[in-house]
Amino acid sequence: MTSTTDDPAATAGPPGIDPATLHRPDGSVDVPTQLALYRQMVRMRKFETRAYDLFMENLVKGTSHLSLGQEAIAAAFGEAMEDQDYTFATYRGHAHTLARGTSMTGVMGELLGRSCGVLSGKGGSMHLTDVSHGVMGSYAIVGAHLTIALGAAWSAQYRGEQRVAVAFFGDGTTNIGAFHESLNLAAVWKLPVVFVCENNMYMEYTPIGSVTAVANPAADRAAAYGLDSILVDGNDADAMYLTARESLDRARSGGGPSLIEARTYRSSGHSRADPGKYRPDAEVAAWKNYDPIVLYRTRLVTRGVSEADLDAIEETADGDVETATVNAKASPAPGADDLLRDVWSDGGSSWRN
Amino acid sequence: MAQLTYRDAVARAITQEMERDPNVVFLGEDVGGAGGVFKATVGLLERFGPERVRDTPISEQAILGAAMGAAMTGLRPIAEIMFADFFAVCWDLVANQIAKSSYMTAGQVSFPLVIRSGNGGGLRFGAQHSQSVENWAMAVPGLKVVAPSNPTDVIGLFAAAVRDPDPVMFFEHKGLYSSKGEVPDGEIVDTLGSAKVLRPGGDATIVALAAMVPRAVAAAEALAQRGIEAGVIDVRSLVPLDTQTILREVSATGRLFTVEENPRLCGWGAELVSIVAEECFNYLDGPPLRITTPHIPLPSADALEDMAIPSVERIVTTIERAMQS
Repeated sequence: MTSTTDDPAATAGPPGIDPATLHRPDGSVDVPTQLALYRQMVRMRKFETRAYDLFMENLVKGTSHLSLGQEAIAAAFGEAMEDQDYTFATYRGHAHTLARGTSMTGVMGELLGRSCGVLSGKGGSMHLTDVSHGVMGSYAIVGAHLTIALGAAWSAQYRGEQRVAVAFFGDGTTNIGAFHESLNLAAVWKLPVVFVCENNMYMEYTPIGSVTAVANPAADRAAAYGLDSILVDGNDADAMYLTARESLDRARSGGGPSLIEARTYRSSGHSRADPGKYRPDAEVAAWKNYDPIVLYRTRLVTRGVSEADLDAIEETADGDVETATVNAKASPAPGADDLLRDVWSDGGSSWRN
Repeated sequence: MAQLTYRDAVARAITQEMERDPNVVFLGEDVGGAGGVFKATVGLLERFGPERVRDTPISEQAILGAAMGAAMTGLRPIAEIMFADFFAVCWDLVANQIAKSSYMTAGQVSFPLVIRSGNGGGLRFGAQHSQSVENWAMAVPGLKVVAPSNPTDVIGLFAAAVRDPDPVMFFEHKGLYSSKGEVPDGEIVDTLGSAKVLRPGGDATIVALAAMVPRAVAAAEALAQRGIEAGVIDVRSLVPLDTQTILREVSATGRLFTVEENPRLCGWGAELVSIVAEECFNYLDGPPLRITTPHIPLPSADALEDMAIPSVERIVTTIERAMQS
């Protein structure tokens, strides 16, 4: 059984957006892939919810930025990408890291500052990296990683490898210089890179429309770099998956970069400290009714997937999150020997003889 | 042996490393077709082709980001930032990304890359094209910092930088590009973190970097005629820093003079004086002295710029007065 994006369930469209403006990718998504997408999203949702609870218990220190409500984008690319592809994420990168197969304990441990963390507690929530799964880093200075993704794509192109670099970023990034430098150079060098703008409508606390010259902050800029304007429903996991496949295929076959603007909404605030009160109640409510996981579950059930199968995915994810939490809490804090390690590739930090 | 300019030594160094390792690639503004605005990269595009020698747009962040991403995925890029002053527009990539990512990722990634840049003054370019910014880089954990003073060191230290597994900031001095030196034939590979004693001297030790090195040597010669035997050390590499050579020489002479082109505050000499004060205080016969550019932006007019940057005359006068007091 397959679904297509011609299906009404897939084309209702996100709140406040004219469905006619949305990209409608060709093709269909088979059920095993749909179940994988569902599993990805559920794991992300449950992980982020637990991460929030652990903030409240003061077990996660510092700050953290959750992807609640935006899961379909990271899930779609996680499923569409090949093992050899590179992910470049932002400080809102827990979901993108999990999507590539990084252990939940490794991510949870990093949030808790424990030695089982994927960075041994030295990077924290905003810098998740797992090279063994193609996660080439999460970057906390807006825009920087778009330029770094260029280099990974250039490296693949130079060696004739079939690898694609994918850089995820928020709508706020479209107004920093590095975004424009990256799109231009990627287009000129025809690099195998996909730029994915997760437009959740707010750059931190400010509505993106109030500080941007165009309505669609990424899609409306694409033409300036000779790229197609692609605006996609970021809460529709099937549309996202097919769009991801298109862009990855294009990059892999030498067709150069893509810029995708995925419209979505974060159902929590910008960061731990932000309750998100600056957003109109009606807007929050409308998007709450357009939740990517609820939508997808309904779609799968409508197409004949059993509730029991979906419940089993949820239960497994609950167990994974619980195990990761228990493991992270049990893991010791990093020790003094970690403090001075790994400034240099020889493992040390010496600057003199 | 052959006479080579500092400028030609840069091209020879890049050629030597690109010939040796196909993973070495080179990118920057005007570096290919134009051969570099300082003509230090002439012939590289013709020799290695546009896949390995890539002209970029004026996009310093993209240049350094591309170098970083390439380095973390297996290439050994050389990136050029035309004037070191331009680091101010791409410092995020240098200080936040390239320098910190090995540490932050617990060593999952490393960055075998070299960022070369035209540093320093003396060419009447004014305050935004003349700065000595090696101390900016020295202040950031995770960067190695090199500044050669002569053509042979350009080649040897550059080769060491390219072969190093960590990011190296390679500061070429714009005022030295036309200077000449005897350069050995064949491959030249030096070691990072090794200072060089250029001249022995029993009375005082002058420590200098890059364009200040030939001035320090000239000053030492003048001082010798006035009965003061001053030794000269070329620091060459600020990170790693060869403190052993410097401490040994200063302990022997009892006097330290640094000659720095940077503005006064937090120049590399300040760190050196602090190390000497902490570790060989009892060997000192007088206070260490720093000879620097005043703490001002560099002026453009030749009359003013020459007053600002330490001159042979100022080095001689300062040391002579200090030694007589």
